[in-house]
Amino acid sequence: MAGAFGVAGFGLAIDMDIQGIQKKLEATFGAAVGPVMEGSVENWIEVDPDKIDGVAEYLQSHPDFNYEVLTNLTGCDYPDKGHIQVVYSFVNYDSGSELTIKVNADREAPKVNTVMHVWAAADWLEREVFDLLGIDFIGHTDQRRILLPDDWVGNPLRKDYVEAPDYHGISTMRESLLSVDIPGRS
Amino acid sequence: MSVEIEVEGQGLATEEMTLNMGPQHPSTHGVLRFIVKADGEVMRTAIPDIGYLHRSIEKIAEKVGWHGFMPYTDRVDYVAAMTANQGWGMASEKLAGIEVPKRGEYCRTIAGELGRICSHLLAIGATGMDIGAITPFTHALREREMINDLIEELCGARLTYNYMRIGGVAWDLPPGYQEKVLEYLDHLEPTIHEINDLLSYNKIYVERLANVAVVSPAMAKNFNLVGPNLRASGVKYDLRKDQPYSVYDEFEFDVPIGEGEMGQVGDCWDRYMMRIKEVFESIKILRQALRQIPDGPVIAKVPRNLKPPAGDVHVRVEGARGDMSWYVASDGTEFPYRVHIRTGSWTAMSIIQELSRGLMIADLVAVIATFDIVAPEVDR
Repeated sequence: MAGAFGVAGFGLAIDMDIQGIQKKLEATFGAAVGPVMEGSVENWIEVDPDKIDGVAEYLQSHPDFNYEVLTNLTGCDYPDKGHIQVVYSFVNYDSGSELTIKVNADREAPKVNTVMHVWAAADWLEREVFDLLGIDFIGHTDQRRILLPDDWVGNPLRKDYVEAPDYHGISTMRESLLSVDIPGRS
Repeated sequence: MSVEIEVEGQGLATEEMTLNMGPQHPSTHGVLRFIVKADGEVMRTAIPDIGYLHRSIEKIAEKVGWHGFMPYTDRVDYVAAMTANQGWGMASEKLAGIEVPKRGEYCRTIAGELGRICSHLLAIGATGMDIGAITPFTHALREREMINDLIEELCGARLTYNYMRIGGVAWDLPPGYQEKVLEYLDHLEPTIHEINDLLSYNKIYVERLANVAVVSPAMAKNFNLVGPNLRASGVKYDLRKDQPYSVYDEFEFDVPIGEGEMGQVGDCWDRYMMRIKEVFESIKILRQALRQIPDGPVIAKVPRNLKPPAGDVHVRVEGARGDMSWYVASDGTEFPYRVHIRTGSWTAMSIIQELSRGLMIADLVAVIATFDIVAPEVDR
């Protein structure tokens, strides 16, 4: 099976690859791995939040895949679907093969297993998702806010986020410029 | 004959001290802060504290619409804004299924490579200055000014260009622009050699950078270092070559990697040298692009009220600080649903805590400079 993923980036090849990857993952992890999902541009595989660490380790270390680089990890809030999605993008530099894995965490108590022990790059990226979307990465050894101050309230990239009117007495609101009186202008 | 000197105090317990560096510090290239735990001059660790320049650009994207977000991408990395423009353009075009005309792609490449040279010149000069060599900085900045003039002629701005649009670029090249840039490149090439001769092999400079903060290829991949920082560790991977986008597959250029000329592969000197080597490659690309540029329109017909179909896309573009990764989701409305930008400075910043162990405090400045960290790109 090694080398079957050849050169990625050419439509059909990538689709066949992702089917093959999904079959292998399903054989190893069973029902925790969902079918290949087709998007308008890219396809992805969905994995259960409590199995993503195992899947990640498998994809990184198995010689058939060898996704040695986690190029991106981010999240997106879908309140109407009731979940927050974490999106993982892996790359293999030798073959150029890319893979997207998505994890849907329950919006009420979002918990996802950490992958920071698989790729060190996940440390900060998971902290960013924790900070801005409020996902709890189980097993993360240093889960703190990274961009916002530690005492900030709420997770700004959630769709239902309402900004507090002030932060330590500093107003976060601004009057509309149209309603401000400018001297000399009638 | 040997003299034995008794050193008093040997074997005494030492105490860890905590030092604060930044957020206002002349060599942090913006607003960065480190909490340094040191034992004498040797650091036990340097913990980066980021977020001082967080302007919530990703949240702004959800409010301003697809076309309206373009000027904000300039502010993600204001030292090399062209490639950030291109990343946003490419992500939106991929979602909306828009094809950029050939001449538009060439204009993007020309502008992008000029921007890359601009950014690398600042990196080369600033590294010298951080180490204590002030003169090369003025040489590098003089050249950068000239490129700024060329870019100003192209788009009217010198720093936050806002030159690209979804579907192409805003303006065609001005009349006689190709000849002008080609002429300038003939002046730039020997000047880079001059800066290289003046700075790179200076004894003090080499002593400060060689064998300092060595990053192995495995460590570079584990921390997802990108661009020149990755290639300095000997990993030959450049998106422009390995997964060509735009029209990069039409040009001949090399992908230089760190060779450990002055010490080990992946040390600070190698990272610094990558910028010099890459300027020459950008000059090669520019010469070909300026000579080969076809006629035609520079921008596709894009609806003013753009509503890309629902879906998400992951686009990577090789910026001056490496692979800039864009995750963009659309829900079919006139506003982006989610935008995430994973930048080169972000990953470079995240490796410093691990890398700083055992370095001298003064080396931290060399590490920040050679990783070419730009603070707004970390915080967005």
